[in-house]
Amino acid sequence: MLNYLWGFMIIIGIVVGALKGNISEVGNATINSSKEAVSLCITMLGIMAMWTGMMQVAKKCGLVASFTRALRPVIRFLFPDLPKDHVVNEYIASNMIANILGLGWAATPMGLMAMKELKKLNQDREIASCDMCTLLIVNISSLQLIPVNIIAYRSQYGSANPAEILMSGIVATSISTLAGVIFAVAARKISHIKNRRR
Amino acid sequence: MNFIIYISDYIMPFIFFYVIGLGLLTKTPIFDEFIKGAKEGFKVVFDILPTLIGLMVAIGILRASGALDLLSNLLKPLTDLLHFPSELLPIVLVKMFSSSAATSLLLDIYKEYGPDSYLGRLISIILSSTETIFYTMAVYFTAAGVKKTRYTLAGALVATLAGTIASVIITNLVFY
Repeated sequence: MLNYLWGFMIIIGIVVGALKGNISEVGNATINSSKEAVSLCITMLGIMAMWTGMMQVAKKCGLVASFTRALRPVIRFLFPDLPKDHVVNEYIASNMIANILGLGWAATPMGLMAMKELKKLNQDREIASCDMCTLLIVNISSLQLIPVNIIAYRSQYGSANPAEILMSGIVATSISTLAGVIFAVAARKISHIKNRRR
Repeated sequence: MNFIIYISDYIMPFIFFYVIGLGLLTKTPIFDEFIKGAKEGFKVVFDILPTLIGLMVAIGILRASGALDLLSNLLKPLTDLLHFPSELLPIVLVKMFSSSAATSLLLDIYKEYGPDSYLGRLISIILSSTETIFYTMAVYFTAAGVKKTRYTLAGALVATLAGTIASVIITNLVFY
């Protein structure tokens, strides 16, 4: 997908540039943009390292483990069909915590492990189980509370107060997650009703 | 509404205070752990770097050629109807497919209008509220060998739409 997206962006850009007569700006843009990407990453390096460092400390003093325990009732609510002490509960909890703390790179492996377990619980069927749909909807609605990367970008591009959007962002992402959860719970109930009718 | 911005100032320092405080109380080797975690952070950034270069070059080309302005102008009648800024529509659409492409477009908005402008703040909040739909679905469902995704896409779209609408309302309430 990205292959086509990227390819088309460049082709269309060059064609439009040639047609509009600003092809020299296009050429300069390639050079300047590549430099810009590097300076951006240098800023990101600092902020990311600081944040992941903090989160590692949080993990080590057991904060993550206690959050995971605190999440159990949430998981029971969202995934009522899961067997109680199955390891999949842990994977889902870790996935959610990692997402909330902004550790996307840690969240994804956990999410994938959860999906593999859900697949086994679903008897390897090719059609998604309600639990899989719920997990994905919750993930996509973004549990991430603190958008560290966006704050880093704002800082790089001269924001007077990069973190000012924090609380607003948290409210917005909570609303999107709430909408997703309501949908997932409703869809699950509807599908159970449909199944019972059969 | 100013107090929401006020709280935002406190969030990060509070988190640090809490984590470091807890670390000291539990006698964890906090600095060693910090270094360990920071190194992981490095890996993430270096992994992103090639993708970022590729995509920022593509966006740079699109922008310099004037194609993005063309697109915005084309979409203006629709977005004016929705009271949604047409400059941000490409980002919201692209974000469903690719996080990196959306990021490059985001940076473009920052460059053109500044991160503290209405557009800059609004898009920051929108992008904080949602993840890429198709990419996430592809990765997760491939891992589970699932071909029929049922109501996942609908749910994802509902969540994304809710987040976007909420972002517009919140930005207007808090900052203006």
